Amino acid sequence: MSGEFRLAARTALADGRLRANMQNATRTIREKRLRAVSELPDWEELRDAGQAIKADVLARLDDYLLQFESAVETAGGQVHWARDAAEANAIVVEIARAHRIDEVLKVKSLTTDEIGLNEALGRAGISALETDFAELILQLDGDWPSHILVPAIHRNREEIRDLFERTIAAGPLSDDPSELAETARAYLREKFLDARMGISGANFGVAETGTICIVESEGNGRMCTTVPEVLVSILGIEKLVPRFADLEVFLQLLPRSATGERMNPYTSLFTGVSDGDGPRELHVVLLDAGRTRVLADTIGREALHCIRCSACLNVCPVYSRTGGHAYGSVYAGPIGAILTPQLVGVEHAPSLPFASSLCGACYEVCPVKINIPAVLLHLRAKVVETEAPRRERLGMALAGWLFAGAGRFRLLQRLARIGQIPFVSDGVITRLPGPLHDWTRGRDLKAVPRESFRAWWRRTRR
Amino acid sequence: MSSAREEMLTRIRAALRDGTPPPTIPRAYRRGGDTDPATLVDLMSERLVDYGSEVRRIDAAAIATAVAEVCAARGARRVVVPPRLPAHWRPAGVEVVPDADLGVRQLDAFDAVVTGCTVALAETGTLVLSAGPTEGRRVLTLIPDLHVCIVLADQIVDSVPAAIARLDALASLRNRPLTMVSGPSATSDIELSRVEGVHGPRQLVVLITLS
Repeated sequence: MSGEFRLAARTALADGRLRANMQNATRTIREKRLRAVSELPDWEELRDAGQAIKADVLARLDDYLLQFESAVETAGGQVHWARDAAEANAIVVEIARAHRIDEVLKVKSLTTDEIGLNEALGRAGISALETDFAELILQLDGDWPSHILVPAIHRNREEIRDLFERTIAAGPLSDDPSELAETARAYLREKFLDARMGISGANFGVAETGTICIVESEGNGRMCTTVPEVLVSILGIEKLVPRFADLEVFLQLLPRSATGERMNPYTSLFTGVSDGDGPRELHVVLLDAGRTRVLADTIGREALHCIRCSACLNVCPVYSRTGGHAYGSVYAGPIGAILTPQLVGVEHAPSLPFASSLCGACYEVCPVKINIPAVLLHLRAKVVETEAPRRERLGMALAGWLFAGAGRFRLLQRLARIGQIPFVSDGVITRLPGPLHDWTRGRDLKAVPRESFRAWWRRTRR
Repeated sequence: MSSAREEMLTRIRAALRDGTPPPTIPRAYRRGGDTDPATLVDLMSERLVDYGSEVRRIDAAAIATAVAEVCAARGARRVVVPPRLPAHWRPAGVEVVPDADLGVRQLDAFDAVVTGCTVALAETGTLVLSAGPTEGRRVLTLIPDLHVCIVLADQIVDSVPAAIARLDALASLRNRPLTMVSGPSATSDIELSRVEGVHGPRQLVVLITLS
């Protein structure tokens, strides 16, 4: 089994500043979320509805996509279908070229990070400017996201100040957050006013109406979706909700789970193009890029319910210590551990399903009740099937044979009782010999007792 | 590229071969709509203030005066308004310019924008703008630094479902561009502490009319 996560996590855990930043940030947001969620007496009912709506979307995904496509087109938008990242990127490049545009402004979108859109645009000579505060920080520093919602969560205010002083600030800055925000505002304002093409992801697409919903805080999303003449919105095919009225569920679940606010500052809903208001041209790209593969797995498909709130990251004991980079994927944390291996194939991210203690905190906070531990176990089994070392597979097969017969099992117990003697201390085995050593490195094994339950039963009850 | 479309649909149908039926959707959550008007105004005010907006309760007959007071208090001299904003909502004593397809750079030169709204959502302190006659184009409420929004008491509903139901009731409404505003623009990207005022208006003043 590949140990990529284990190795990356070891490096991350040794970074004291990173651990302090992560601990501070995740604790703050956990507390905020808890306050926001406890305000609603019907939180569990909302979760039940959210879960069922998402299951419904997947069960009739083909119908809903066609309905969405036709609604967008009726409202004056154009719909494109992209089987993979390269196809999606090519569509966006083509749109920019058709308008002779060499700079595009982007709303934060993990979907576009997932498909490497900025790099693809760069190769075509088109520069893509990130306008979300955190994404701007990462772009200025050549860094990559470590959190679904707050991509620069691993950076503290001093680091951000130093970066801005090196890049976009006119002079020295303090580390006061409002001064840092003001610096970004001033830098981006000029860019917004001249923007000709915007690129966004989407939080939800409404099949019934063709409406696209973008949830944000800063106003950069509103800028990118209203000022430019051309707008491209890229949606994973799982982002649909059936009816406009379903937004009443998700606009409660998402903000409270994500930033711990009753409502985020700005939510934009637009349907096609509107006369005299906003872009004259709207392109919607429907992206597969592995999603249909996830859909084919009846247990794993639940990962497609995700609304990218990131509550599971903030409560995860593993994520809140290692941070997001250790996961080596755009989607970090518990949801990343089940989504990424399925999107790219478990053989390409075999360590991720093991990046969890299976404590279940992620399942408890998930606003759409994704049973992350169950999917993790399912994926672990897949990894073992595809690439456990021969030795481990043989050992397991042997153990299976020994455990399957009562006589063989009794014999094994007897042998183990004798064989274990040199390794037992205080009733536990802390270090097995030879190749078995790997197994006891992270866990203790209870010694085989002198008498088994069956033996005791026979002795006393006869 | 119709082949991508056909292939994706084929992949989806193949992936769904197990035939798991769509679930029945349980909707046992609160729908709202049962809060009395006085409580609604109180709740709306409290929630707006909590997220950094200023709230004034005003006499429905004195809207223009109240708007003028806000502009004076916040030092706004040049004000843009949607072209069809009622005359008795427009403040005196400041320069008032009705929007006529103004460019974003022109909008950037205004201190404030004055609008109405379509629905106000008390529980979350949210204003819903629908690009209607009293609201204007989306950029109007985005570029100037001060947004003064007039809320009529009967536009306030209690919950998210009640607000969505009002929008959903009119097909013409839900197809218009909608913007939901909850307080001034903000970011939590620096150590997750909320900083108000990033790209949208840094100040939001809400005037609730009582009749």
